[in-house]
Formats: sequence, C-alpha cells, structure tokens
Amino acid sequence: MNAGDRLPSLEIPITRTLIVAGAIASRDYQDVHHDPDLARQKGSPDIFMNILTTNGLVGRYITDHFGPGAVLRRVAIRLGAPNHPGDTMVLTGTVEEVVEEADGGTATVRVVGTNGIGKHVTGTVTVTVPAGAGTAPAPGGPS
Amino acid sequence: MNGEPEVHEEFEARLKAFEGRPAAATGVGRDPVNEPMIRHWCEAMGDTNPAYTGPDAIAPPTMLQAWTMAGLTRRPERTAAYDELLRLLDESGYDAVVATDCEQEYPRPLRPGDEITFDSVIESVSGLKTTKLGAGHFVTTRTDIRAGGELAGTHRFRILKYSPAHRPKDPTPGPAKEPRPRPVINRDNAGFWEGVARHELLIQRCTGCGDLRFPWLPGCNSCGCPEWDTVEASGEGTVYSYVVMHHPPFPAFTASDHAADAAGPYAVGLIELAEGVRIVSNVVGVPYDKVRIGMPVRLEFRRYDDALVLPVFQGVTR
Repeated sequence: MNAGDRLPSLEIPITRTLIVAGAIASRDYQDVHHDPDLARQKGSPDIFMNILTTNGLVGRYITDHFGPGAVLRRVAIRLGAPNHPGDTMVLTGTVEEVVEEADGGTATVRVVGTNGIGKHVTGTVTVTVPAGAGTAPAPGGPS
Repeated sequence: MNGEPEVHEEFEARLKAFEGRPAAATGVGRDPVNEPMIRHWCEAMGDTNPAYTGPDAIAPPTMLQAWTMAGLTRRPERTAAYDELLRLLDESGYDAVVATDCEQEYPRPLRPGDEITFDSVIESVSGLKTTKLGAGHFVTTRTDIRAGGELAGTHRFRILKYSPAHRPKDPTPGPAKEPRPRPVINRDNAGFWEGVARHELLIQRCTGCGDLRFPWLPGCNSCGCPEWDTVEASGEGTVYSYVVMHHPPFPAFTASDHAADAAGPYAVGLIELAEGVRIVSNVVGVPYDKVRIGMPVRLEFRRYDDALVLPVFQGVTR
C-alpha cells in the first residue's frame, strides 16, 4: 500500500432493482428513488440512486480491495451526475497518502465513480489496514 | 422566485437565522442495530465482506445514516426550526430536494444490539446558487450518532432545496425523449438492416474475389464484381480509432439513453472487427474518457426505442 497506487476498477450496472433495493435497505422512501412518474414531475428523466446507496457502494469498493480487516474511518462523498437505470457506474480509486503505524497503515483513497453522463460521485475514504492484511483480490460483481 | 435583489437579501437573512439551530433533538433509532437490516443492506450493495456476518459482526460503517432514518413514519425528533426552514424554502418555490454531500466519521463500530440516539444541528444555509437542476439553497446539517451514549459516528449531510429548471408542464407523459435519427435504408443496404433486426451483424463478401467489405456497397472495390453474399461477424473487435463528441450536446446520443435530459459527451468508435473490416458505432459501458485505441470490444444489439435496434460495442475493460 503506497501513495499513487491505483485500485482495480469496479463496474456496477445501475439497474432499477439496485436503485430500489438500495433505497429500501437504507429506509429511504423519497419517491424519486422508486416512482418514475413522480421523479419526472420533479424534473428528473427517471428514478435515481439515493446517496446512501452510493455511500454503501463506495465503502464496499474500498473494503473489497483492502480486505475484511480494513477499518473504515471516514467516508466523504459528493454527488454529481445522477445514477439512472440502464447506466453503468465505474468506480476507480487512487491512494493519495499513507500514514504508517506500528500495526499497519492508514490510507486516504480518492474515489471517483463515473457513469454515462459524467462523474456520479467523487470523494475520499480514510481506511486503516492492519499489517499483513494486504490487499484482497476484488470479488465478483453484485449479481 | 424573488426577482428583486433587496427582497432576496431579506429572504437570505431569514434563512441565515436558522444556522446553529437544532434540526433534530433526542432522536432515537427506530430499531437497534440488527442483523436482518445489515443483511438486507449487504444484499442490496452486493457487499460480501465477512466482517458484517457471524458472532463478531459489525454493521457496515457506511450504513450509519440508515439507523437514523424514519422510513414511512413521522419524525418526532425533527425540530420546529428545521420544519420551518424547509417550509419556508418550499413556499418560496424551492420545493424539490436532492442530497449532494455526505461526510461521515466512524469513531467506533456499531454492532447488533446497539441502541442508537442522535441529535442534529443546522450548520449552514447557503445563498442562492444556480445549479444544473435549478436555482436553490444548500442546507447542511451535522448529526452526532451515539450507541449506548457513546459517540459512534458523525454525519455531515448537505441537501439542495431547489426550484426544478426542467419542470414538465404536463406531468403525466414525462419529457419527450429526443429520438435517435433513423438510418437511411435503401436497396443497397437493406440486407444489412434485416440482419440487424435478427441481431446479426452481416458483412458483405464478394463472390468474385472473396474480399470482405463494409459498409455495404453495390459492387466490389477490388474487382468490380456486383455479386456478393454475406458473412456474419463474430462480434469480437477492437477500437481502431475514436473521437469524443463534446459540443454541441445531442441528447439522443448521450451515453446513457435513460437520462436523455443530460446530454453529456460520448465516444464514437471506429471498430475494427475480427474479420478485418471497420464499422463506426458507439462504444458503450465505458466512460467516454476511458475509451482507448486497441481496447477490445464486443458486439451488442441495443434497443433505443420501439422502432430502432442498433449494433453497438461494449468495451471490455479487463
């Protein structure tokens, strides 16, 4: 784990099912995350992913890579282009800084999630990785 | 919206007065941290991290806010001040809402059985900002989340309360999507489009000299022979060259066809098929700025509307 390391990208198909399942799992019943007609009334072409799901996917991207021993300390994200059904989001990450500690290291990782219309999410994640935990190969996709 | 500058200044002063006031007081999580909700979250996210299962399970840290959500019930913890702020924005036309930022810190993990309490403060209310969605005000709250009285997480959350720039006049049918231009089908290329309808990408082959050709032509460029038959492309190919279209925006060609309102840049590829001929088409499934010469691609037939199916090429990134 070194500054400048690039994480393998993770491609996430944005299905209607993922958007609705994420909204329900996060107890978010805002209509724009499940009702296309009401979403259109608010000027959106279709339903879109809620921020809690994006947050969960960013967390998963980091722990998939750094392994189950990795401890998330901080996740800060900003949303841009919405994730609508039928799109694909590709998450990429770059290690910006590593602070070595006696029993491991704490990394700041810059994360970007790009979809067909632009940058859906940009953010930074601070994660502590215990010594010897290494990096796990990323498991397969969600479906 | 308020057109007069002085009127807006006065309005913004009213908004600013909410800064520092509580947004939620003595909130209590609807459920203690529990395994079923953790499992449902992990299922939705496709998260198979073993740290979230078994006897020593912790909750996914990014699930922090979910424990404070009211679901379909009232929010008794929400303060009159926060209700009043939202009502003021609603009544001034900023009645749509979208979350824009989430910053969380996790001082200690949450585990099944933890009872959640939280309180929240209105940190800031921005001046009027113009965004792609419409003009509006950003409202930032900061929430402290405790488990058994101990600080387990902090959560800074920013929403945009806005007046939609693209509010449909008739809400029922939704904005009409700009359709893709139709292909021009004539005697010389009809066979190609019949193949596309069957999800076959057909390459012409000269029966005189055996040369493959694409796009379809009435005769062979090599020997002039007018007789031909076809070969079905295997679907494998590589990006021979490409351009990225930035301006002017064409909503019909936006990479995500489901977000027709947002016409972003898109990549047009010249794809060299495994058979050796080249075809111009869209590269899909790869952000426009990640398309590269030599990138392997695979044929896919995509339906764009009731009457239009096109051969496009899915980028193979790994």
